[in-house]
Amino acid sequence: MPENAPILQVRDLVKQYPAVTAVNGVSFAVPEGTCFGLLGPNGAGKTTTIEIMEGILPPTAGEVRYRGEPLGARFREEAGILFQKTALQDFLSVRQSVALFRGLYRHGLDVDEVLELCALSKLASRDNRKLSGGQQQRLLLAIALVNDPKVLFLDEPTTGLDPQARRNFWDLVESIKARRKTIILTTHYMEEAQLLCDEIVIMDHGRIIAQGAPQRLLSEHFSEVLLELPRHEFPEVARQLPLKVIDASDRVEISTHDLDGTLRALIEARVPLRNLRIRPANLEDLFLDLTGKELRT
Amino acid sequence: MMRRLIAVWHARNLEFLRDRPTLIFTLLLPLGLVVGMGFIFGGPPRALFTVGVLGTAAAAAPNPLLHERYVKCVPVKDEATGLQEVTHQRIDLLLGLDGGVRYWVNTDSPKGYIVEKLLLAADPVARRQPVTGQAIPYVDWLFPGVLAMNMMFSCLFGVGYVVLRYRKSGFLKRLHATPLTAFEFLTAQVLSRLSLIIFVTVLLYVVIATIIHFHSAGSIALLLLLAVIGSLSMIAFGLTIAARFASEEVVVGLLNLLTWPMMLLSGVWFSIEDSPRWVQWIADILPLTQLVNAARAVMLEGAGIERIMPNLVYLALTTLAFLAFGAWSFRWRID
Repeated sequence: MPENAPILQVRDLVKQYPAVTAVNGVSFAVPEGTCFGLLGPNGAGKTTTIEIMEGILPPTAGEVRYRGEPLGARFREEAGILFQKTALQDFLSVRQSVALFRGLYRHGLDVDEVLELCALSKLASRDNRKLSGGQQQRLLLAIALVNDPKVLFLDEPTTGLDPQARRNFWDLVESIKARRKTIILTTHYMEEAQLLCDEIVIMDHGRIIAQGAPQRLLSEHFSEVLLELPRHEFPEVARQLPLKVIDASDRVEISTHDLDGTLRALIEARVPLRNLRIRPANLEDLFLDLTGKELRT
Repeated sequence: MMRRLIAVWHARNLEFLRDRPTLIFTLLLPLGLVVGMGFIFGGPPRALFTVGVLGTAAAAAPNPLLHERYVKCVPVKDEATGLQEVTHQRIDLLLGLDGGVRYWVNTDSPKGYIVEKLLLAADPVARRQPVTGQAIPYVDWLFPGVLAMNMMFSCLFGVGYVVLRYRKSGFLKRLHATPLTAFEFLTAQVLSRLSLIIFVTVLLYVVIATIIHFHSAGSIALLLLLAVIGSLSMIAFGLTIAARFASEEVVVGLLNLLTWPMMLLSGVWFSIEDSPRWVQWIADILPLTQLVNAARAVMLEGAGIERIMPNLVYLALTTLAFLAFGAWSFRWRID
């Protein structure tokens, strides 16, 4: 395979269920050694797409290729997977759970090495059912890493974790990225995607609505800064002003090139500014801009 | 409180009614059991006692015992066969009519005791003949069947239920993401259960044999081989049931649907030799029947490997067939 050739290629993927088309003609390529993000709200088709890429779910149409070939035995040996929800076998310790999966692969890391990598060494003898949410996710990540995978799938890995556990998990993913692994990550946390991903696709209703490097996408769509105001403090009369106003759930966002002029206009319209927040655009804003709705809906 | 109770009751009813496979199964299982039992055990009242008769039916006709209600007469071709039938309590009494009325009875058989009283009341001059060889007490006759039945329950429920739990929890889905194949997974389950069952069966054998002073007439090594092949067949049978379904009610219902007929038809508790031919044919295709018959032959009659070879081959072939079907129809995840 030539250098920089994609490690995974997704072509015209369709997944139809009796009542809904979950994935509707999705195509993209994942370059080797990158962290590739699939972003979108619940029901966008992210998990269906990633499960087809993992070879767990058969597509209705289209195909996924790993190193130019259909998914097969080599892919299974070289892929590590962390599902959104996974139960492990009962009555096994952390070490035994990792060792079980290590036994399913021909090549891989030493069990102690994986436990060390995922900060689980001190919990090695603990029953896997007696772990906190963050520890449980680290164990599932350890299991996903046990075969020293070339490509690692992480399906909403930090959903349900507290902020501290989430940050710890991001640190772990950063250390895995440093090992030049290819990571496919689905998330609806934009901060997570912006921090970890080199390239993203944004999905909605089973389709890709934007694709590219996060900073490039942001600079393509936003050359402005954003002003945020609580919605209840934004009077109707201010909507008559020649401003680009986007409604979010509890706030309004105004994007502008001319910050001084916009602030003057708001003051003249007697809009209270004590809760005003000025910030650069992020991926959340991009999704809002593209679809007219917020990601976490 | 009533409102909460009604809300939960209503939701559970909706869940049950909308789970079509479970609903259909809940209705069909008892119906099927009743219809099946009716076919097997229905019809006119059955005989309570079975009397084997040496010689022709014409010669036996005048004997008043054979005209008693609930006494069934079966022809026996020779004395040696008849004695073995008495010894194994497949018949309750053997009647010989050449040169005066003679009879053989197993003194350990409760039914033999009663039918002897009936015979002597009808024909006081009938002469009792000694039963040569060791008579087999009912508990000894029952022992191989009880061991086999315990194996059946452990195999079918132990494996079937575990696979179902793995599927429901998503553990199977996680395994599916590894190089593990369905055949490898199923084989590992079979072997894990097999070692457990063999250990338990050996333990049970030793304890019960000690308590009832039982000594196997045949080779213990052959019994062990039979236990291994019989367990393999029934574990594989259990896996085929759990290979596909995700509903506990359906799997438990199916397991019940299989274990009940096996318990009744395989001759664990009583002989079904006077049942219709088609019932016996169904019984013969059940793995438990093959296991019980072979175990009795080894433990009670000292049969060697050549005699139980057809049973062993049958059990081995069904193991392969069940495993192949299980692997083919296996589902890793709930759609």
